Amino acid sequence: MEATNTRQSASATFINVGERTNVTGSAKFKRLILEDDFEAALDVARQQVENGAQIIDINMDEAMLDSKAAMVRFLNLIASEPDISRVPIMIDSSKWDVIEAGLKCIQGKAIVNSISLKEGEDAFLQQARLLKRYGAATVVMAFDETGQADTKARKVEICTRSYKLLTEKIGFPPEDIIFDPNIFAVATGIEEHNNYAVDFIEATREIRRTLPHAHVSGGLSNISFSFRGNNPVREAMHSVFLYHAIQAGMDMAIVNAGQLEVYDEIPLTLREAVEDVILNRRDDATERLLDIAPAFQGDGKVQSKDDLAWRELPVNKRLEHALVKGITDYIETDTEEARRAADKPLHVIEGPLMDGMNVVGDLFGEGKMFLPQVVKSARVMKKAVAYLEPYIEQEKEKGSSNGKILLATVKGDVHDIGKNIVGVVLQCNNFEIIDLGVMVPAAKILQVAKEENVDMIGLSGLITPSLDEMVHVAKEMERQAFDLPLLIGGATTSKAHTAVKIEQNYHAPVAYVANASRAVGVCQKLLSKEQRSVFAAALSEEYEKARAQHARKQPRSKPVSLSVARNNKWTCDWARYLPPVPKQLGVQEVKVSLQTLRDYIDWTPFFLTWSLAGKYPRILQDDVVGEQAQSLFDDANAMLDHLCKTNELQAKGVFGLFPANSDGDDIVIFEDERRQTILHTAHHLRQQTEKANGANHCLSDFVAPISSQTPDYVGAFAVTAGIGEDELAKAYEEAGDDYNAIMVKAVADRLAEAFAEYLHEQVRKEFWGYSPNESLSNDELIREKYQGIRPAPGYAACPEHTEKQVIWDLLQAEQRTGMKLTESFAMWPGASVSGWYFAHPDSRYFAVAQIQQDQAHDYAERKGWPSESIEKWLAPNLQ
Amino acid sequence: MIKTSDILHHASQRILILDGAMGTMIQKHTLEEDDYRGERFSDWHCDVKGNNDLLVLTQPDIIYDIHCAYLDAGADIIETNTFNATTISMADYDMAEFAKEMNIEAARLAKKAAEKFTQLTPNKPRFVAGVLGPTNRTASISPDVNDPGKRNITFDELVEAYVEATHGLIEGGADLLLIETVFDTLNAKAAVFAVQTVFESLGYELPVMISGTITDASGRTLSGQTAEAFYYSLRHVSPVSFGLNCALGPDLLRQYVDEIAQISESLVSAHPNAGLPNEFGEYDMDGDEMAEHIKEWATSGLVNIVGGCCGTTPDHILKMANAVKNIQPRTLPQLETKMRLSGLEPFVH
Repeated sequence: MEATNTRQSASATFINVGERTNVTGSAKFKRLILEDDFEAALDVARQQVENGAQIIDINMDEAMLDSKAAMVRFLNLIASEPDISRVPIMIDSSKWDVIEAGLKCIQGKAIVNSISLKEGEDAFLQQARLLKRYGAATVVMAFDETGQADTKARKVEICTRSYKLLTEKIGFPPEDIIFDPNIFAVATGIEEHNNYAVDFIEATREIRRTLPHAHVSGGLSNISFSFRGNNPVREAMHSVFLYHAIQAGMDMAIVNAGQLEVYDEIPLTLREAVEDVILNRRDDATERLLDIAPAFQGDGKVQSKDDLAWRELPVNKRLEHALVKGITDYIETDTEEARRAADKPLHVIEGPLMDGMNVVGDLFGEGKMFLPQVVKSARVMKKAVAYLEPYIEQEKEKGSSNGKILLATVKGDVHDIGKNIVGVVLQCNNFEIIDLGVMVPAAKILQVAKEENVDMIGLSGLITPSLDEMVHVAKEMERQAFDLPLLIGGATTSKAHTAVKIEQNYHAPVAYVANASRAVGVCQKLLSKEQRSVFAAALSEEYEKARAQHARKQPRSKPVSLSVARNNKWTCDWARYLPPVPKQLGVQEVKVSLQTLRDYIDWTPFFLTWSLAGKYPRILQDDVVGEQAQSLFDDANAMLDHLCKTNELQAKGVFGLFPANSDGDDIVIFEDERRQTILHTAHHLRQQTEKANGANHCLSDFVAPISSQTPDYVGAFAVTAGIGEDELAKAYEEAGDDYNAIMVKAVADRLAEAFAEYLHEQVRKEFWGYSPNESLSNDELIREKYQGIRPAPGYAACPEHTEKQVIWDLLQAEQRTGMKLTESFAMWPGASVSGWYFAHPDSRYFAVAQIQQDQAHDYAERKGWPSESIEKWLAPNLQ
Repeated sequence: MIKTSDILHHASQRILILDGAMGTMIQKHTLEEDDYRGERFSDWHCDVKGNNDLLVLTQPDIIYDIHCAYLDAGADIIETNTFNATTISMADYDMAEFAKEMNIEAARLAKKAAEKFTQLTPNKPRFVAGVLGPTNRTASISPDVNDPGKRNITFDELVEAYVEATHGLIEGGADLLLIETVFDTLNAKAAVFAVQTVFESLGYELPVMISGTITDASGRTLSGQTAEAFYYSLRHVSPVSFGLNCALGPDLLRQYVDEIAQISESLVSAHPNAGLPNEFGEYDMDGDEMAEHIKEWATSGLVNIVGGCCGTTPDHILKMANAVKNIQPRTLPQLETKMRLSGLEPFVH
């Protein structure tokens, strides 16, 4: 499922539809169209796409205009502009004939804006039928025969009725329905209007909850209608409204995103006054906003273009301002000034530019800046870096290369620490590295390998689905008659997997590289004319042995059928067990400082990341690696000092505690204590080998079964300490500092694990509260001396990755933290941990290990997935 | 009447075989102006040599024999000789008024041949796909480089022409409709619109196949869409199959078929050319070589329906049919429910 970057950005929770090509909303566009200057009108469209509009709205509803002709002409012109027509189009008109004329000009699948029940059911359904035939998605206004919906109840009622008519009567795809529940002006002085924003936000929440797959959108500018003429206040209102509406589930909006005020940059007094109005928090909210509004007039965005007060700031602050605001006008002058002041040109990037980008990264991570704004910031950054590059180049030394190696983390996987380390190590040994980054599809890897004429390809991945992708790449290399050596590395890869699954699919040498320190030797041998054949022969002999070993390897104990395994489940006398009741049910967001997390770090795996084996703190005194370990440890702590001070890296998490009971191998999670409405069902796997003494474990066994009528609970969590890690690492990389690029990710990884440890403790002591008096040292925490477990999907006790989606849905993890799941269900940012909480004193970790086909079918059925597609996800446990 | 479910049933058992090139086979007869005219059009006022669609009226035996040759080679589905049989394309010969008749006769000829072979091998029923070609005009590309907003055909004109052709094909007995060699998606959207309009007026539906054309190594249609974007533009007709044909040989076409195989909820069809044309405009890839490629596609699980386009012959089809005989057809993936829009590129939300 490859689809360029479009797919990536589209998976974000919120999409912005460019509003500038709208004659009713943009005076400039209207003038251009009326003056027949379509050339310049096209530039408006192009700028929107460049500024990050993911869809463009086109509206020609103007009394002075032949709207239909203008729509057709403009769409035909757009069709000849690939820069514009690469994105989908929203045809916006209140006239059906204009909409239809527009649909006849668009080869892509468009959105129509809009249809409604205004003229009754027959007209509504007739139009919807035609839309199906043209192949278009549609905005549906909350408007019926009696008028526009203003209250939450009316909005929900009309949207629900429209949804039912569309999906049940004519089979309109629900995912192609976008509701516009009407944004009306607030703070008009009329008391009935005060709750309009709340009505919209709450209706949105309800629509998203009850009408599956449908989307919610709206036109933002109405909300602030009563503050016409005071742009700073209007923009503040837009920003605050959007901030809350998005959290309620609004996933599209027609906005001029480039001009949205950043939520955090709204002066506090204004923001609070606006928030009072939007959220209808006090009766005198409107008066209070009116009182302070004049003070902000003239200090806003529109004026700020000409307001050059910021030019008086010191250069570092000017750079930050330019980055956050996306202003390129002075960037070269300022960068030059910073360069002269700095010891090295690189320091300008590492210093002020990075600082500015971190501000942007933080704001974006917190949902206070929007994608187009970030795109602009990145452009400013690039421009500055491009300016500095010639100076940086001058200082670099060049030499001849040992060989050219392409490195990539395979499609679906975002983990790249190991790959980056290998890259750096190889570069230090004078290999030229082409690093394609993460989530790279096979076709791209092979295409670049050909174009760049590389000598070798290295694949990396951390999660189990990446193994399959590596097999796919190897097969493709064979099919396309490649002859290059292939390196395989990453945490889940192994010699056995390489031998059994990969090497046999590709005739040229395939080398499994256990860690970075091995990489240099392997690459040198593979690229040496004299040694390659000998080494390759030795390799294939080794793999032959590994295969033989693998074939001989009987499971230590015999497989049993699923029903036998189930009969031997772990259980206890539920009647005598009183599950601890959480002090607080429901979902909560958690923010915690890095300083706090630092004390919870388990350092041993950190050293493993850098291929230094040994237990912390002993490793610091180790005879062989002690010195290196100490220096690495110092650097990590310096990085931590820096991160704690600067806030460049942030941690954010969310967890929830829910009423739950087991139902066979599933755990059903309820909405509330009444235990009637099921929120979600978690599916678990059971050990399926003969157990002489002991049970065939399944995580669900640790939760009281429904039949026991014992009210029990589970928890779920998702935490990241990686907000900003990609930006930080990339900035280090672009500044040529690969070491710190890797260090920051390695440290972020540790912080994420520390976060999981910390949060689990909080949950045990406070939120669930079953161990209020627990007092364990960090070492004891690491050794799991506490009651309860927190197994993570993708690991031994619940190895199937797609179950992370259940956690994501339960916690609204993406909405609340920005953490995402890739198509292979890897978590992004990379420094993230998610899992379940079980409180039962006998709950323990175990490995599901090998399962049988009967369980795979049963599991597929429980999940409601086709067997074939589930087998892919269970593959590591099925073979 | 054939239903989509019937086709899906057969396609779940084995890889279905589509026929090969019609034009290539007609060329072998080296027909002259008089042959094209036949008796009926002996005094037609302009030249008609090269109007292959006309042959269903003037040389029906030749067309019938070609159909039989492909059926004999193992084709499950044969295509009517109606690639240009629309009022729009026929205007080149001033023959727009005969377009509908051509569609009816072409479908009848194909049906007659298919029925003969179905009787011979009742457990391998043969189907007729009524072909709706792209026409010789493009609805989303300007004919004039100096005026990018200009069009020499409109959506409505295309719908009108396709409605007429569709009526003709169904009247003549087509089992399926094949909208093929799509190089401008807007033309195909008009064809889809027309077909659905006809279905509505008839009160029943035939299965619809769609096959697009990736014109070169850019990996895009002539009108600029990627394969995935192209699929999202036409997925609303719920086609029984979706695939690619023409322009490229199997070697170059593979990656795009692969792309569609990953995302298409429909069957995947592919009928490539016999390589790229040589400097004489002839296609060099023989049946054995072509079959080898197609076999690899099948083994890799990319396809459900295979056949040939320009340059292929009954020999190519025979060898392909043999090559994929015992290979499992591709299984259909399930897509997550998301809004799938497209411009030139796909957009999923």
